[in-house]
Amino acid sequence: MSDLKVNFAGIKSPNPFWLASAPPTNSGAQIMRAFDEGWGGAVWKTLGQPITNVSSRFGATQYRGTRIVGFNNIELITDRPLEVNLKEITEVKKRYPNNAVIASIMVETREEWKDLIKRCVDAGADGLELNFGCPHGMCERGMGSAVGQEPRVCGDITAWAVEDSTVPVIVKLTPNVGNINLPARAAAASGARALSLINTIKSIIGVDLERGVLLPRVHELGTNGGYCGPAVKPIALFMVGQLGKDPEVNIPLSGIGGIDSWRDALEFIFLGASTVQVCTAVMHRGYRIVRDMLDGTERFMKDHGYETIDQMVGKALPSYTDWGHLDLNYEVVAEIDSELCIGCQLCVTACRDGAHDCISTVEGTRVPVVDVEQCIGCNLCHHVCPVPECLEMVEVDNGKEPMSWKAYEAALARGENPPHPGKSTHQTHF
Amino acid sequence: MAINFEIDLPEERLEGQLPDHKPPMTAHEVVAEANRCLYCFDAPCTAACPTSVDVPEFIRQLSTENIEGAAKTILQSNILGYSCARVCPVDVLCEGSCVYHQLNEKPIAIGRLQRHATEFALDTGLRIFTPGPDSGRRVALIGAGPASLACAFELRLLGHSCVLFEARPTPGGLNTNGIAPYKLPAADAIREVDHLLDIGGIELRMGAAVGTEVTIGELLQDFDAVFVGVGLGLDTPLSAAGAEVEGVVGAVEWIERMKLEGGYTIPGRIRSVAVIGGGNSALDVVREMVELGIENVTLVYRRDEAGMPGYGHEWVKAKQWGARGLWNTLPSAVLSENGAVTGLRCVKTRLVANEGGRASVETIAGSEFELQCEMVVAAIGQSKLTELFGAIPGLELDGGKVVIDVLSGQTANEKVFAGGDCVNGGKEVVNAAHDGKVAARGIDAYFKSLQ
Repeated sequence: MSDLKVNFAGIKSPNPFWLASAPPTNSGAQIMRAFDEGWGGAVWKTLGQPITNVSSRFGATQYRGTRIVGFNNIELITDRPLEVNLKEITEVKKRYPNNAVIASIMVETREEWKDLIKRCVDAGADGLELNFGCPHGMCERGMGSAVGQEPRVCGDITAWAVEDSTVPVIVKLTPNVGNINLPARAAAASGARALSLINTIKSIIGVDLERGVLLPRVHELGTNGGYCGPAVKPIALFMVGQLGKDPEVNIPLSGIGGIDSWRDALEFIFLGASTVQVCTAVMHRGYRIVRDMLDGTERFMKDHGYETIDQMVGKALPSYTDWGHLDLNYEVVAEIDSELCIGCQLCVTACRDGAHDCISTVEGTRVPVVDVEQCIGCNLCHHVCPVPECLEMVEVDNGKEPMSWKAYEAALARGENPPHPGKSTHQTHF
Repeated sequence: MAINFEIDLPEERLEGQLPDHKPPMTAHEVVAEANRCLYCFDAPCTAACPTSVDVPEFIRQLSTENIEGAAKTILQSNILGYSCARVCPVDVLCEGSCVYHQLNEKPIAIGRLQRHATEFALDTGLRIFTPGPDSGRRVALIGAGPASLACAFELRLLGHSCVLFEARPTPGGLNTNGIAPYKLPAADAIREVDHLLDIGGIELRMGAAVGTEVTIGELLQDFDAVFVGVGLGLDTPLSAAGAEVEGVVGAVEWIERMKLEGGYTIPGRIRSVAVIGGGNSALDVVREMVELGIENVTLVYRRDEAGMPGYGHEWVKAKQWGARGLWNTLPSAVLSENGAVTGLRCVKTRLVANEGGRASVETIAGSEFELQCEMVVAAIGQSKLTELFGAIPGLELDGGKVVIDVLSGQTANEKVFAGGDCVNGGKEVVNAAHDGKVAARGIDAYFKSLQ
């Protein structure tokens, strides 16, 4: 029997699926409904000094009829009174003692941090999440990503919080940095018990071409917002993976960014996250998506012999290496199953205009042929083929010894003369 | 309605009772459907279109809501893209060749998407094309149906001016008076003609029958070239005994009355109709009769179901609507009382194999039976306009069809070009549109050869 329970930096949760600090965690009533559906934890909508929000505040990218491929917001922290939020935290913890309730917080001065932390701990929060990530609005006031972008400031404020708190402190990082490892190391060095990432990415979601105004539009103006949703998942995976394999960041990670299903969640876990946080998918389809997340995760674990979430954490990290270590002599080529091929010839166009021009049409049939001598195994055709399993990349036994670029350079440095690794294709078309 | 010519269709016409079987899509449906298109390379749908409309291109334009661009893509290949969108047998052309069939998925609704784009052009009076610089050449076009219209439009792009001579009081040919109303009602066909004429330089003379109002000789003398796009002639009359009664009509004649004649109705006593023939006109009448509420509509065909020249998908739809087929059946006499049809006397037939040719039909002695019906529609073919053709010097005919050079539309008389049903014996609107375009280019090449 698989066990989904997690202990995340001392915070216990019935499963690794948490709601990220965002509109779905705006109130106690919402969070209790979410727990009823099966969510293991919730990070409360960020608490801080009173603010006023604008309308509208959300924008979305749509791709060929698919709605909310990406999502952005210009909403600030909670606009509800602090007293109300704190009272509700207490109430939720009383009714749901086994679920994790984390208070996300963001203020400015040392005194404010100290005061807010005490009140949250007193209210019964299981942990704190320092919001060093918000890339819009709050950063203009020196908070949110303005903190996360400065490793020194990030470290300093983390240290205050750790000093003032009696519950675990999680630092939520902004992806709007050149090197995610730097703020992460600063937070870890200052005593953060865990990190959560990514917060949203600084973005302009679009332009209303008729009005000539940014989206989302607030009267006649717009502003940059924070980008999230399925489109950002690869960026988030990268950053989680970066921290997962950084020996200087040796604390638990909570993965955030475009998680829509148990598969997405497991990818984050395989790259080092031990909990995940979800927002956009819930804003799109509601709390009940967690049912399949739990069911799918459990089935996967059963099918693959995992008993605990911990056994999967970081499972893919050993495969994450530098480009220079990749084997240049590993060879795959495209193979088209003529029985399955429907003759759309998208692979022909893609290879001709976007790759190496080694797939051609044949007189008398719509099934194209691959020139395997010239195929460089780039995988583009496989991705454009609309038919499952029709166009696959197959391994070629070329008899060559594995050779990475680093190994090749090292051999040259030793004065050896190894054959240049990789496949040479030298075709010209005019 | 029309601004380029005067015409008023009577308001009360029978075709108004027939619904649109492929109603317009909403803007949202269009984008959703357009987004399904795979954008095939060397797309089979384009290859299947007689006018080679760049289907993936116009669908991509629709997916980005570039509707004007989509209309232009369609109309530059086929200026009758609107009527074709509605009347083309897409099941056997573009949509029939969609690669989605291989995936067991629904093909892209190309016809309906094309209708959306082209209807927008008609609705908004979109002007896309400008005529070529005036060449000083004038072309007479006989008939104002799809072939002549497409030819005239292409000639205008090349700078030649055109006069269309139409015997009927309405332009559009079969699009106006022959297409099943649930595909294309007459008013929409006329709307398309009107939009096409916006290019200017095309004079439309209605009620101008060549041979009576004006002679071929005059046309050949007054114009630099002549295009013959006259289609086919009158219905072939039923040869069965007793067929000369009021309740026996030809299919083309009946369809035209149903579409255009003010106040025309089917008498209320008529509950059952026999439609004789196995071609697409017969299938159209069957479906129209069923949908007009006739309880018993029977298709009577002398060969078997598989031997019908009409489209299988049309017969399937007719059957779904409740029509029945009487195969291997030949009417030998129309039965009537006091001038009113009461039934058909029929005889069963069998097919006798012919070496190297289509099986011939042989009646079976002693198999006579009677089919009760109150109206008979004969859809057994149309005559060729041989009298008109005979007046054109040097014209070569093959079985009553005008012989042309397929690459130029030129007939044996170098000054005379032809296309559409009078050349192919009766095909689709899209074939006529293609023929017209080809002939216009042929005429242009002919003019250049004279310089």
